[in-house]
Amino acid sequence: MNGPQDLGGQMGFGAVAPEADEPVFHAPWESRILALTLAMGAAREWNIDKSRHARESLPPAQYLGSSYYKIWTDGLIELMVAQGLVTREEVASGRMSTSPKKVAGKLLAKDVPAVLAKGGPTSREADAGPRFKPGDKVRTRNMHPTGHTRLPRYLRGHVGEIVRLHGAHVFPDTNAHGKGENPQALYTVKFSAREVWGEARHPRDTVSADLWEPYLEPA
Amino acid sequence: MPHDHDHDHDEGSELSPIALRVKALESLLVEKGYVDPQALDVLIETYETKIGPRNGARVIARAWSDPQYKAWLLKDATAAIASLGYTGRQGEHMVAVENTPDTHNLVVCTLCSCYPWSVLGLPPVWYKAPPYRSRAVIDPRGVLAEFGLTLPADTAISVWDSTAEIRYIVLPMRPEGTEGWSEDKLSGLVTRDSMIGTGLALSPGIAS
Repeated sequence: MNGPQDLGGQMGFGAVAPEADEPVFHAPWESRILALTLAMGAAREWNIDKSRHARESLPPAQYLGSSYYKIWTDGLIELMVAQGLVTREEVASGRMSTSPKKVAGKLLAKDVPAVLAKGGPTSREADAGPRFKPGDKVRTRNMHPTGHTRLPRYLRGHVGEIVRLHGAHVFPDTNAHGKGENPQALYTVKFSAREVWGEARHPRDTVSADLWEPYLEPA
Repeated sequence: MPHDHDHDHDEGSELSPIALRVKALESLLVEKGYVDPQALDVLIETYETKIGPRNGARVIARAWSDPQYKAWLLKDATAAIASLGYTGRQGEHMVAVENTPDTHNLVVCTLCSCYPWSVLGLPPVWYKAPPYRSRAVIDPRGVLAEFGLTLPADTAISVWDSTAEIRYIVLPMRPEGTEGWSEDKLSGLVTRDSMIGTGLALSPGIAS
């Protein structure tokens, strides 16, 4: 979706503000919501694509007016309410008033190191071989789906070159909506900065992105 | 402090609205039996003390010291990095991109905050904030200038927008004057920013 998260090339946000000796967390609540979000993954009520979509679906003014961990907080609440794990009344009061939903798992302290070390690889076996190979020229589709996608707006309708094939990976556009992992070939596609941004850009600069096969057509 | 940062007031007895909201959420999720509060503590301690940019610095120092390891890192970063013990969440699929006198690499996630947690830890606020995410792809030279980094005019900049689960680490150029240095000593020259591409590795004079 053309949501507030799709920031590439937008203007008006001002200068980057690097911070000397930045702490990992700026307040205890940031660390708690990060940990709550990671821990709730064990319930397996959603996947990473669905959780990204929940954050991206926040109203643009709310998204852009929030710090990153506030976006995580609101996104987690939306997911849990949608899945019937909690009610909005419970979130507001901080007290249980409905029975817990039976979920697939719970992250225990003793299992944290193993769970983090394992991660969640997204590579999968695909039904069909890749359509493109490194060196091929491709054009990104001009598409504006209302659902989740990982093809940024600034890269739509442009010609680039396949520089790497990563095998097949879970396809976010379906996985975010409960329509299956639907593995698709994933490529790194390199675009010249001038192709994407126009003649004012440095002639040698490039921008690359990792794009799934359904985003691409031969050029 | 970045303008979008949510200022918190945890120091005193008053909690900010967002801190209260998260506290209430944690109580609720514990009461409903969905989360183990001790697991939260272990998660936080892990990212505060165990997983951070020193992991990545060791990868880079190894690559500077061992040509075979460097070749492996550039060909299959996931395996080469895993061989040093750094695996897992937000590092499942790694790619290393090498800086040269001709080309400088810069990593961004324009769509969210994708970042190689397993080798760099959690991303800094600026990496997740709109100014960096919006401009790194359209104006990388302007962004680098805000980090105090000006490259020669003919250096190409390759920007990597991590739109999938592939996580990028920049292999910075080895500083001059470090011949014969141990891996351990070399790793002290590798900054977090140099592995994102918003900085260079430190020179021996600056580091000492």
